[in-house]
Amino acid sequence: MTVTTTPAVAAEDEASPPPNPRRRTPAEALATSARYLVLTIAAVLFLVPFYLIVRNALSVDTEITAADWKLFPTTLHWENFGELFTDPSVNILQALGNSAIVAVLQTLGMLLLCSMAGYGLARIPYRWATPIFYAVLVTLMIPPAVTFIPTFIIVSQLRWVDTYQGIIVPVLFSGFTTFLFRQYFLNFPRGLEEAARIDGLGWFGSFWRIVVPNSGAFFSAIAVITFITNWNQFLWPLIVGQDSSKWTVQVALSTFLTAQTINLHELFLAAAVSIAPLVLVFVLLQRYLVQGVAETGIKG
Amino acid sequence: MATTEVAAPPSPARNKGRVRGVAPAFWVFVGPFLIGLIVFVYVPIIWSVILSFSRAQNTVTPGDWVGLSNYIDLLKPGPFLDSLVTFTVFAAFIVPLTFALALGLALLLNRIRFMRTFFRSVFFLPTACSYVVASLVWKLSIFNGVRFGLANTVLGWFGVDNVAWLASSDPPWYWLVLVTVRLWLQLGFYMILFIAGLQRIPKELYEAADVDGAGRGWQTFRYITFPQLRATSVAVLLLLLINAYQAFDEFFNLLGNSSFARPPLVYLYYTAQGNQDYGHGTAGAVILALLIMIVTLAQGRIFGFGRAE
Repeated sequence: MTVTTTPAVAAEDEASPPPNPRRRTPAEALATSARYLVLTIAAVLFLVPFYLIVRNALSVDTEITAADWKLFPTTLHWENFGELFTDPSVNILQALGNSAIVAVLQTLGMLLLCSMAGYGLARIPYRWATPIFYAVLVTLMIPPAVTFIPTFIIVSQLRWVDTYQGIIVPVLFSGFTTFLFRQYFLNFPRGLEEAARIDGLGWFGSFWRIVVPNSGAFFSAIAVITFITNWNQFLWPLIVGQDSSKWTVQVALSTFLTAQTINLHELFLAAAVSIAPLVLVFVLLQRYLVQGVAETGIKG
Repeated sequence: MATTEVAAPPSPARNKGRVRGVAPAFWVFVGPFLIGLIVFVYVPIIWSVILSFSRAQNTVTPGDWVGLSNYIDLLKPGPFLDSLVTFTVFAAFIVPLTFALALGLALLLNRIRFMRTFFRSVFFLPTACSYVVASLVWKLSIFNGVRFGLANTVLGWFGVDNVAWLASSDPPWYWLVLVTVRLWLQLGFYMILFIAGLQRIPKELYEAADVDGAGRGWQTFRYITFPQLRATSVAVLLLLLINAYQAFDEFFNLLGNSSFARPPLVYLYYTAQGNQDYGHGTAGAVILALLIMIVTLAQGRIFGFGRAE
């Protein structure tokens, strides 16, 4: 059973526009065609950059920079994969591994810390709950990126520059995520938990055995959007992970882009490989992602 | 607000739990997060405010007090104020464009049935792409200043000469590159927000309008859809503005430390990481934080927070 009190955005596919009682007129048929025409043109424009990544990733450099540029190359150079993964000056596998470590640990850590804090603030009646909630609210006024220099100062004092914990830990304490969880838990049906506590589960037990298992959709929504954000983050890993052994894939790509020390097809292939996991997450979990966006966006 | 239940009488059942008592339970849940919030959010901000009154070249230890001089330096005509101008110009393009196009796509998708999920997925797909990857495609492929760039190829069909998109600031074609890359990346996100907003509009309103003989097009939009989307529209505008304010990735990757378009965070990056000038860097961060706080407070968003919905 899934208890969800949030608007079921994901169910939108089944919702259709209000039925029009009037008969279809030629004007309406024309309007519908015009809509599909606009949407199709827009869709093609939206897909062009993805196509260019794949096209250039499987070309050789002379085809990418040819004067008579062709939209469709004649041969696809699958051997580029071997070249990219064995190029000692690029080490894309290490960058992908770093991104995976950072994004996975950040997502798990943030879910754990923020869901527990959100639950405590929403549900446990204690005199410090309100002051601490206000302390969380104040932080929502300042986006974390604006204070990257202050945070870097602390990280450097902790001697965490060029470490995984330096990249991962400071990002975990998201006031915004805690706020979202608190709002969600405020609306969680009280009866369920109270039954659990009467059965002797306590706060901790009822949170882990009743609340979390019944909040799968909400946790998934936050997890998917957090993972994508963390995989794609750039500024913070750029500042903290300065040594090439700690480059995330975004930092590595950016360095290759600015330094131009890599040939073009490898650069595009690396870009393609870097978005592959996300496209997979996107395709498999789009339902949660859409809900996560609606959830985090409106209240954000 | 639910937190007013502070004085709730302790229930006997609560004491049977493994974590006994309200206070220990509360600290188990909230303590770890609170410690992190203090160490990685509050302490850095306080430290930075103190450091911003110091000369701090190659150091992050306050002590060499210079009063307000870091702030005065920044607020004199110079690169920091230029960066705020850059942000303003950028926001003037990207905020209305994203708003209008995202709303337009949402309305279009709301009026079709066939292939709706497909189109929504296509417009939403760039959300999976990073600013770094998008910048790479925009810089090296679409808006490459030489003949093989896609934009120049297309322009070439119409006999237009090559445009040096990013290499030259006159005419400022780099704005087209910067605005389109962000538009592509964020349009789908805001479209989803509008779709969610559209779905919250009660169907009865449209039925009533139909009975009253309102046209299905502009009139319905003007008098029902748009007013009903007010909360979503305000949220979208504020989000767009805050996100434009934090623009870094695409400016950094497309233009680097160019003199003509450095938004605030890029300026601060080169001041603190490049020149190791933490006095001016922290003063800049404090000014930026204050500016965004003023906007948020003026918008009144914070006061709406904390209500159970």
